[in-house]
Amino acid sequence: MNPRDIPAEAFHASGAEVQALDFGYVRSPDQDRATPAQHPIVVIGAGPVGLSLAIDLAQRGQRVVVLDNDHKLSIGSRAICFAKRTLEIWDRLGVGQRMVDKGVSWNLGKVFLKDEQLYEFNLLPEEGHERPAFINLQQYYAEAYLVERALQLPGIDIRWHNKVTAVESRADGALLSIDTPEGAYQIDAQWLVACDGARSHTRQMLGLESKGRIFQDRFLIADVKLAGDADFPTERWFWFDPPFHPNQSVLLHRQPDNVWRIDFQLGWDADPEEEKKPENIIPRVKALLGADAQFELDWASVYTFACLRMDQFVHDRVIFAGDSAHGVSPFGARGANSGVQDAENLAWKLDWVLQGRASPALVSTYGPEREYAADENLCNSTRATDFITPKSEVSRLFRDAALHLAREHAFARRIVNSGRLSVPATLHQSPLNTPDTDTFVSTQVPGAVLLDAPLTKQGQPTWLLRELGSDFTLVVFGPAPAWARDLPGAKVLQIGIDVIDHQALAAQRLDALPRTVYLVRPDQHVCARWRTPTEAAVRSALARATAAA
Amino acid sequence: MLNTAPHLQACDDFYEALIAAHQGLTTPESHAMNARLVLLLANHIGDQATLQHALQLARGGAAPTADRRASQAVTPVVPTHAVAA
Repeated sequence: MNPRDIPAEAFHASGAEVQALDFGYVRSPDQDRATPAQHPIVVIGAGPVGLSLAIDLAQRGQRVVVLDNDHKLSIGSRAICFAKRTLEIWDRLGVGQRMVDKGVSWNLGKVFLKDEQLYEFNLLPEEGHERPAFINLQQYYAEAYLVERALQLPGIDIRWHNKVTAVESRADGALLSIDTPEGAYQIDAQWLVACDGARSHTRQMLGLESKGRIFQDRFLIADVKLAGDADFPTERWFWFDPPFHPNQSVLLHRQPDNVWRIDFQLGWDADPEEEKKPENIIPRVKALLGADAQFELDWASVYTFACLRMDQFVHDRVIFAGDSAHGVSPFGARGANSGVQDAENLAWKLDWVLQGRASPALVSTYGPEREYAADENLCNSTRATDFITPKSEVSRLFRDAALHLAREHAFARRIVNSGRLSVPATLHQSPLNTPDTDTFVSTQVPGAVLLDAPLTKQGQPTWLLRELGSDFTLVVFGPAPAWARDLPGAKVLQIGIDVIDHQALAAQRLDALPRTVYLVRPDQHVCARWRTPTEAAVRSALARATAAA
Repeated sequence: MLNTAPHLQACDDFYEALIAAHQGLTTPESHAMNARLVLLLANHIGDQATLQHALQLARGGAAPTADRRASQAVTPVVPTHAVAA
């Protein structure tokens, strides 16, 4: 079926129905042209990263072609944990509420050793944030809502059954050869963004590599649908060496539709073909849930993983985002979440450059900013993996020592690492930041994602992040100086006038005094802050944040 | 910096207690106990630079530092995600 004819209800249907959605091939007029069609932006891959990028660009008024060699949503639940920051980005893209409504919200994690709880942690221990630390949501639902949103935007042209077979990269663009059920055609793209996943075909076609460490261990994912009410609460439960799966780790997570994700460490010697047979999975699940548990196996997968990244994410006009650029182990939910942050970092920069508001140097800053973030994600996921699956006898010795001590001692619980869960990287050292000249006591340094806070506007509740503009925002505590109105590409948000900080949480989180000013980027990262700035200081910070200075 | 000047209140007493604490343990049990001891003492010290210095001295030279990019191995690899039938 022509995807634009799919009724809205189909995107809000059951998991099985959503996974059965089939996006038909539609011939593009580009295929009838004698010469390659020209397009400003082509995105390869209609997954969470490619779709988020396309929606962001289209909302900014850009035209985007999305090419996908497939015609289906994600098979299986795959990336189930979507972090607070991803939800905030999706709020801006118009799909956050739908994700939260369907997803299972959670903040609490528990860690067990054998059959004993070692400790619990709250990932969002304070009030006054619109979004929870995480929702769990099957990837196919997330993709369904993103596709539905993308189809509403006339600027997006998603072409399923379009497989890119060759990429000729030039300094000013890339020529793509594309296979379709009706033969081949070509597109000449000013910018090409490869969001085509860990096995990125684009990366291979350009002879580029993603390098790093492979971990010699195998894991089994079993998604089981429980009959009746489950006894497990909506929390992340992690076991080291549980009695029902000795000497290995197990992770349990709740998903919508009464589906539970169980992740069993199997060890390197496990035979993946044997382990993914239902007759071998079911006894493992019963050992955890009890012999009488009534459940159906919804999806299963045996996987290995690696921590790796490309040396550079920007190659002339070809840009890599998401798993194509960097791969992490699943402990910490840093895969899809970091990919969506890549998309957000890139979207406004491409938009500004294509509008002629900034030079291509702005897009080049995507590289170092997101390579830095990828290093942080890789560092965290590698450390968690080394703790969960020690690679040497001595590593195992210290891991067990930490677990042993964690029963009684708070300090050792801090060492226990079952995954440091995704938070957005603070882009320290970004060339777009203007270093502080005034003193602040706050985590909101230049490079940090602005923290949310509850506000009211004309008596109605709202949130700080929702009140930011789509370009830059000058957040001013108190009345803004007259010159602030004339700043190019910046909305002025006066706290106490346009919006009311009724719980004083915005002022507290930003360590704000009267006349304090924060300059916030289109991707909601702080790029400068002052106690009482001059017009020249703000203009200079704006120029710097758009790579114009 | 780690204090390597004599600092133990009663060094013979400590040494005797250290050996006595291992009495009756198998070698693997002793290794496990030593690992716990390292973590307990490290937490007491707390300061990262001091601990780094101790690791260097214990290793008898420059200890390999953790690579921030964790990319000592440069084998290009791709994770496999085999889906059940």
